[in-house]
Amino acid sequence: MNMRISAGELTERSLQIIRDLKHLEGPMLPILHAIQAEFGYVPEEVKPVIASELNLSRAEVHGVVTFYHEFRDHPAGRHVLKLCRAEACQSMGSDRIADRARQLLGIDFHQTTLDGSVTLEAVYCLGLCACAPAAMVDGEVYGRVDEHCLSEIVAGLSR
Amino acid sequence: MTVTIYVPRDAAALALGAEKVANAITQEIAARGLDAKVVRNGSRGMFWLEPLVEVSTEHGRIAYGPVKAGDVKGLFDAGFVDGGQHALHLGPTEDIPFLRQQTRLTFSRCGVTDPLSLDDYRHHQGLKGLENAIAMSRAEIVAQVTDSGLRGRGGAGFPTGIKWKTVMDAEASQKYIVCNADEGDSATFADRMIMEGDPFVLIEGMIIACIATGATKGYVYTRSEYPHAIATMREAVEIARAAGILGPSVLGSAHAFDMEIRSGAGAYVCGEETSLLNSLEGKRGIVRAKPPLPALQGFLGRPTVVNNVISLASVPVIMDRGAAFYRDFGMGRSRGTIPIQIAGNVKYGGLYETAFGLSLGEIVDHIGGGTATGRPVKAVQVGGPLGAYFPRALFDTPFDYEAFAARDGLIGHAGITVFDDSADMLKQARFAMEFCAIESCGKCTPCRIGSTRGVETVDKILAGIEPEKNKALLADLCNTMKFGSLCALGGFTPYPVMSAMNHFPEDFSPAPMVEAAE
Repeated sequence: MNMRISAGELTERSLQIIRDLKHLEGPMLPILHAIQAEFGYVPEEVKPVIASELNLSRAEVHGVVTFYHEFRDHPAGRHVLKLCRAEACQSMGSDRIADRARQLLGIDFHQTTLDGSVTLEAVYCLGLCACAPAAMVDGEVYGRVDEHCLSEIVAGLSR
Repeated sequence: MTVTIYVPRDAAALALGAEKVANAITQEIAARGLDAKVVRNGSRGMFWLEPLVEVSTEHGRIAYGPVKAGDVKGLFDAGFVDGGQHALHLGPTEDIPFLRQQTRLTFSRCGVTDPLSLDDYRHHQGLKGLENAIAMSRAEIVAQVTDSGLRGRGGAGFPTGIKWKTVMDAEASQKYIVCNADEGDSATFADRMIMEGDPFVLIEGMIIACIATGATKGYVYTRSEYPHAIATMREAVEIARAAGILGPSVLGSAHAFDMEIRSGAGAYVCGEETSLLNSLEGKRGIVRAKPPLPALQGFLGRPTVVNNVISLASVPVIMDRGAAFYRDFGMGRSRGTIPIQIAGNVKYGGLYETAFGLSLGEIVDHIGGGTATGRPVKAVQVGGPLGAYFPRALFDTPFDYEAFAARDGLIGHAGITVFDDSADMLKQARFAMEFCAIESCGKCTPCRIGSTRGVETVDKILAGIEPEKNKALLADLCNTMKFGSLCALGGFTPYPVMSAMNHFPEDFSPAPMVEAAE
């Protein structure tokens, strides 16, 4: 979800999420996950709202958001293609698959295609190491990804 | 009688098309008007056969695999609901040698039962360990776990019973059980398989830990890369709560325990226990200096047991069958069984639970069947990205904590990645440093800066720039990281780097042409 919303609405929806979760012990990560699920990323404007609700400094919130690879500071493409780049996948030729993905999409890792359809990301292990190379597309998993399989995945995403 | 057809819901089976297979089977059952139902079980851990479909017959469960959606019609035509012959027919599941030769204690139900059926769980010895624990004193439970010889399966190998005793003896109004399910090591998937295939055993293990230590609240901290495991665990917790297994009175006893499933956010270092605790508290996943031990000042500064999934999931069988039963498996100070995960470029990849003590060569060549590509095995990395690369010359090393340490390696979380002879060990050494640089939490200098300097130094060796001098520099840097880093990320990154350099010197030879151009 990355439709345009007003600043007021952004704050209001964030407050709702934060107030639903702030009773948890260590509520920060659950809140950030919920914010990202709601907006597709963690908007800059939300950081002071979280800080104020959790009685933290804005710097502390910023520090947490930027520490974790998963949290985005801008929306991803409509689809996210994650390719595993860890050792077990390397042993089955994941570097070749990665090169092919870059070529097919015309982008590098951590980039989004110009039409906004696909974001390409590296991931270090999906736990599918006995059926490597592995990939994940919008939460759906793929094993033994070869060039043919990758082409099919990419073709499906561009549509 | 209704025939039960099992199609795994394990993420690896799904990655190989299990969902389509399950749908095709459901359609075929309806189209043919058969009296059959589909159960989505965990995986048996034989990934070259996934999706592995099983049918319950009067002769036991018969396996077929690997099944594609397109095979389903043919399977029904061949009468597979009665165990009929077909090209994919594998015979009784339990007779498949890879499975038959295992000693499945922790994974006894994984792939056998419906992961979210409590009836199934109870029917297969579930909750017996917990029932025994409820009848015992705290000290008796801790003594059982200590006597079993169980050591931390996350990689550190610290005796679980001693950790529990420290928390048991600590005075506090609130204590916690934290399950480290942040399984980030490449080649490992045992935690994922348990969470997806037998979630109740982890819940049971955590409840026993709570009774033993006096904790009342538990957290499972797992990875955002494991959405299927998170969903299954959350469902299982709800079911356990509704059944009175979790809540103010565990199975009607005086013990209260409840738990939550939390998700990380893509930081490898959060698998380190103190970093995990910071992350769970909502902070940056920065490593804490020890002492204080998490057992005394852990989550929110309170006494906390931090145990790996497999450690906790092994407790119920220990409490059910007794410490001696478990301790009788294994060798030396490595007691019980270990779920070895055979991965990477390997013919028969999967999860193999067995007593400690098999040699690395037996595991890779005999059980794993060599490489998937059919080329010679060049190296195997044992223990994930922080584990050493072993050459064939060290294949006699027995799978045991101390034996691996004696050869400058570690068994870690028991994952093995097999590489064929096309692997370039210099490239693997570079990746180890690069990975450390990407994932370093930044707290200590040897890890934060050493890893980046390590990548640069390997690049110089690759470019043929003063190779001998840079190899010596790399060794020196590794020494600094090993002894100067605060946690295992910086401290163990030297294992893959140094083992690659020491065992495969030919890959670290300078490129003569570049040197000539210097």
